[in-house]
Amino acid sequence: MPVKADAKLKAEISKKEDKPVADKIKAGHVHMSGCTGCEVAIADNYEGLLTLLDKYVDWVYDLTLADVRHIPKMDVALVEGSVCIQDVLSVEEIVETREKSALVVALGGCACYGNITRFSRGGQTNQPQHESYLPIGDIIKVDAYIPGCAPTPQMIRNVCVMAYLLLKGNKEQQELAKKYLTPLMQLAERGTTACGCDLMYDIINQGLCMGCGSCAAACPVRAITHEYGKPNVNREMCIKCGACYSQCPRSWFNFDVIPEFEGIMELIDGAMK
Amino acid sequence: MGTELGKYKLCVSARSTDKAILKKAQDGGIVTQLFKFALENNIIDGAIVAGPSDEPWRPRPFIATTVEELMMSPGTKYNISPQLSLIKEATRSYGLDKIGIVGTPCQMQAVRKGQLYPVGLRDVPDKIALAIGIFCMENFPYQSLKQLVEDHAAIKLKSVKKMEVGKGKFWIYGERGQVIAMPLKWIGEAAHHKYEQPGCHVCLDYVANLSDVSTGSVGSPDGWSTVFVRTKKGDNIWAKAIESGCFETKPIDQVKPGLELISKLANEKIGANQKTVEERKARCGAHKELRNPYISVK
Repeated sequence: MPVKADAKLKAEISKKEDKPVADKIKAGHVHMSGCTGCEVAIADNYEGLLTLLDKYVDWVYDLTLADVRHIPKMDVALVEGSVCIQDVLSVEEIVETREKSALVVALGGCACYGNITRFSRGGQTNQPQHESYLPIGDIIKVDAYIPGCAPTPQMIRNVCVMAYLLLKGNKEQQELAKKYLTPLMQLAERGTTACGCDLMYDIINQGLCMGCGSCAAACPVRAITHEYGKPNVNREMCIKCGACYSQCPRSWFNFDVIPEFEGIMELIDGAMK
Repeated sequence: MGTELGKYKLCVSARSTDKAILKKAQDGGIVTQLFKFALENNIIDGAIVAGPSDEPWRPRPFIATTVEELMMSPGTKYNISPQLSLIKEATRSYGLDKIGIVGTPCQMQAVRKGQLYPVGLRDVPDKIALAIGIFCMENFPYQSLKQLVEDHAAIKLKSVKKMEVGKGKFWIYGERGQVIAMPLKWIGEAAHHKYEQPGCHVCLDYVANLSDVSTGSVGSPDGWSTVFVRTKKGDNIWAKAIESGCFETKPIDQVKPGLELISKLANEKIGANQKTVEERKARCGAHKELRNPYISVK
C-alpha cells in the first residue's frame, strides 16, 4: 500500500513540475535612501504577497529578499527612497535602474517627493557629507508614483495587479489598467515636491474643497485637523509625503474608473485568490 | 441625461417600522434603521455617523458601536461633518473590521477613491461593509448655517428643534413652536450660489451614485424616504433588513412625486455644476484656468 501511495505522490509531483511556468512580469525593488518601510509595506500583503509572486510577478531584484547583486533588466522597478547626490554609487544605480526598466515606479513619499529626507542637513556618521537627497524624479524620468509614508499594502497590491494586466492582460484588461494607472502617471508628471500646503494651493484656494476629511485620514503624522470645515495643516509636523493631496477626491477623480469600483474590487479580489 | 441617478438595482419609498427611530428621524429614518439592523446582526462593527458636538447643530464625525450611540445622531445637520477623517482611525483605535459610513455624495466618492487608490488608507479598502449615501444639493460650512439661522431667520441655533428643505423652502422649527420658512434662493441652490461651500459647485452627483444604498426625502411623501439600492453588498443587506421587518416600503412608481422629481433635481444640479466646471476655464475672463479635478492631476 505505501508503495502505491508513493507512486501516486510522485506522479502528482511530476505533473506539477510539467506545468508551464506562469507568464509573469519581472519586477524588483530598488533601495535608495529610505527606511525600508515601503518594502515592509510590500511584505505586509502577507499571503497576498505569495499570490503575487506565484501568479504575476517574478521578483528579480531586491537587496533584502533576493540574492542578486546587480540590477537586472526588469519590466517594473519599484524604487524606494530618495537619491543622495553626494553618493556616486546611488546616482549610478538610479540611472542604471532607468536604463534597465521598462517602467520606473517611485514607491513611497521619499522616492516621489523627498519626504522626510528633505529635512536632511547631513552630519551623520560615518558619511557626514551626505546631505542632499533628491526624489528620483529629479534625476531620472519616472513613469508613475505611489505616494504615502508608508505606501499602503493595498495600494501596492492594486498597482501590481494593474501593472500585470497592462503588460500581460487581454485587450479589455489592458484598457482598464491603463485608465487605472493614468492618474498615477500624471502625478509623476506633476512634479517632485509635495506638502500639506498642496491642500491650500491646489484644493482650497482653487475652490474645490468640500471638507470630506480624506486628507486628515491619510496623513501619517496626524498633522491635519479641520477648521471652518476645511483642512488645516500643522506645517511644522508635515513630513511632505504627498498622501493628503493624492487621497483627496478633488485633487483628481477619474469618472472612467472610480464609479466602476465594485467590478474592479471584485477583479482584484479574484486575482488575489 | 439618463445617468443622473447612477446605477441601481432597486428603488423604493420606505420608512422605518421602529417608532422610536421615526420620532427622531429626518424623514423615514432609513440611515439610523439600516445601521441599527447592521449593528445588531454583525454586518458592521460600528458606523461613522455625524454625531453631536459641544456646539448646537455642529456635527462631529463619531464612531457609533452600539445602538444607544447610534440613536444620538439621527437627522440632517445641514453643515459639514468631515466623515472620512475617521475612516482609518475606525480600523485602528476602534479596531473595526466591518465599517459602516454615512455621508454625502462627495464623501461616497472619497470612500470609493480610497478603496481603489488607498494612498494613505492602510487596511481600509477591504473593510468598508456598508456605505450609505444621502441625497445632497449642496452643503454649508457651520458659519454659513449660523449666518442663515441666526441672522436671516433671527433664531439662536440652540433654540432650533429641526431644519428641513422642502416645497422650495428652507424650514426652521423652533423649540417653542416657531416655524420660519426661507425661500431657497436666499440660501443658495445650484444656480444662485450664496452661502453654500464653494466646493459643492463642481459636484456632479445628487443622489450618491457611488454608495451601497442611498436615501433622501425627495420623491417620497412626508415621513417617507426614497431609497436606491445600488451594489451587491447594499442589495444583500437591504434584502435581509426587509426580511426582518425593519422597513415598510411602497413601489416608487406608486408614490408622489416619485422618480420624476428626483431626476429633475439631479439634472438641475448636475447641469448647473457642469456649467460651473466649464466656466472655471475662464472665470470673469481670466487668462488662466482654475483646476478641473475631473480631467487632470495637475
